[in-house]
Amino acid sequence: MTQRSIDLDVLRYNPETDSEPYWQRYSVPHHDEWVVLDALNHVKDNIDPTLNYRWSCHMAVCGSCGMMINGKPMLACKTFMRDFENLIRVEPLANFPIQRDLVTVMDDFVSKLARVKPYLIPKQDKPIEEGEYRQTPAELNRFKQYSMCINCMLCYSACPEYALIPKFIGPAAITLAHRYNLDSRDGGRDEREEVVASGEGVWECTFVGACSEACPKHVDPAGALQQAKIASTIDWFKEHLTSWLNK
Amino acid sequence: MAKSNKPIVWGPFAAGGTVTAFVTPVLILLTLSAALGHVPDGLTYEGMHTLASHWFGKLAIFAVITLSLWSSAHRLRSTFFDFGLRRDNLIAAVVYFMAIAGGLACLVFLLCI
Amino acid sequence: MAKQVSGKPYLREVSTTQWYLRNEIYLRYIARELTCVFIGIYTVILLVGIWRLSQGQVAYEAFLQALRSPTSILFHLVALAFSVYHSVTWFNLTPKAMPIQIGEQFVPDNVIIGAHYLGWAVVSLAIIILAGVF
Repeated sequence: MTQRSIDLDVLRYNPETDSEPYWQRYSVPHHDEWVVLDALNHVKDNIDPTLNYRWSCHMAVCGSCGMMINGKPMLACKTFMRDFENLIRVEPLANFPIQRDLVTVMDDFVSKLARVKPYLIPKQDKPIEEGEYRQTPAELNRFKQYSMCINCMLCYSACPEYALIPKFIGPAAITLAHRYNLDSRDGGRDEREEVVASGEGVWECTFVGACSEACPKHVDPAGALQQAKIASTIDWFKEHLTSWLNK
Repeated sequence: MAKSNKPIVWGPFAAGGTVTAFVTPVLILLTLSAALGHVPDGLTYEGMHTLASHWFGKLAIFAVITLSLWSSAHRLRSTFFDFGLRRDNLIAAVVYFMAIAGGLACLVFLLCI
Repeated sequence: MAKQVSGKPYLREVSTTQWYLRNEIYLRYIARELTCVFIGIYTVILLVGIWRLSQGQVAYEAFLQALRSPTSILFHLVALAFSVYHSVTWFNLTPKAMPIQIGEQFVPDNVIIGAHYLGWAVVSLAIIILAGVF
């Protein structure tokens, strides 16, 4: 039986020689069990070793292989070739600058992630001698969904507000701030609100919801951001009303 | 980085969006009925006058109209931005002014009944 | 992070006026946002009604009469469609914005949404009854 083949149109860009990206077509075998990442690996191993792209685990936990596949932000290792018939367009993740071929510049996301302080800031310092932090299953479940983020940035590619407003802190970073705010061991919400409740934070979000539709780990960043808006709104009214009453 | 004052416009937007979600469709059905020639009893002059004469009726009418206007105004502001009209400060001033003007007008009209 | 590349990263442009035409998620979002136009205009019509009410019986009945035009009926139908779309999208998104945790589990989304639809039906029925339709 002859092997079917399928075409990949891949957006190429070499910053040292190109002024603009351009499409390059590769013909690859069309295996039912292959994912797009397998096709890219086939290209690199057998056809064009100059193709650049990020990947690692090949099982949708590391978040490295995000790219636009037929215009949708997806993980290349989680996108099956059998779902495509004729032509697969592969481009680097939208809303990020192209470094080279399918590799994007991630710096903006990484810096925004750092700004929201995505780590436990305990309410009080607790020395080791006092033992571990204890958490009930209920307390864990409160934030567990939001801890599943693999930092793949598909949500940033899906979000039109991030596309239109580059300074927007963005879905994943704010969701991770929310994850720590909900953690019973944490006391750092006020610090995070300086970023999350700012004009660049949650208030740029208009609840399009594309982020949650793109998320491969079902984190639901859109939900997290709405919860953050409600919490920030309640805080704002409490702060301003109590300061008014205290005058 | 300072915390935004967006909550002051977003809070009423959320309240208005909720009110509008629950009551606007049925209100449209009532005035549609009137538009088709069957004025429900409550929408006749006597019915509406009775409703608006009572303090509770005034409060209900004021709340529904003002919150609906505010909610529409806030959403319109972000819709303009989404369509590429990005003079946000100007647009915000215009839409919120119109909502507040509408609310004040409603108050004045109700107090005359 | 090593930055030994000699050329610049390439920034792809996004249209600020046509981005929403790119996929169905964006189009549904724009449709939802546009509901505010029709709900807003309808609310202004209600406001005019209250104004006419405050001016007395003749003015108010002229307002009711003015509602009887074909344009008005068409507007009502379009506004009804957009208004219902607003209600449906608002209720469907509520469990995401306000999750309710009881013990270790969360109340299922469908229960929260169902409760809202029930409340919507109850409120609508109450208003219809109060308006003397039955």
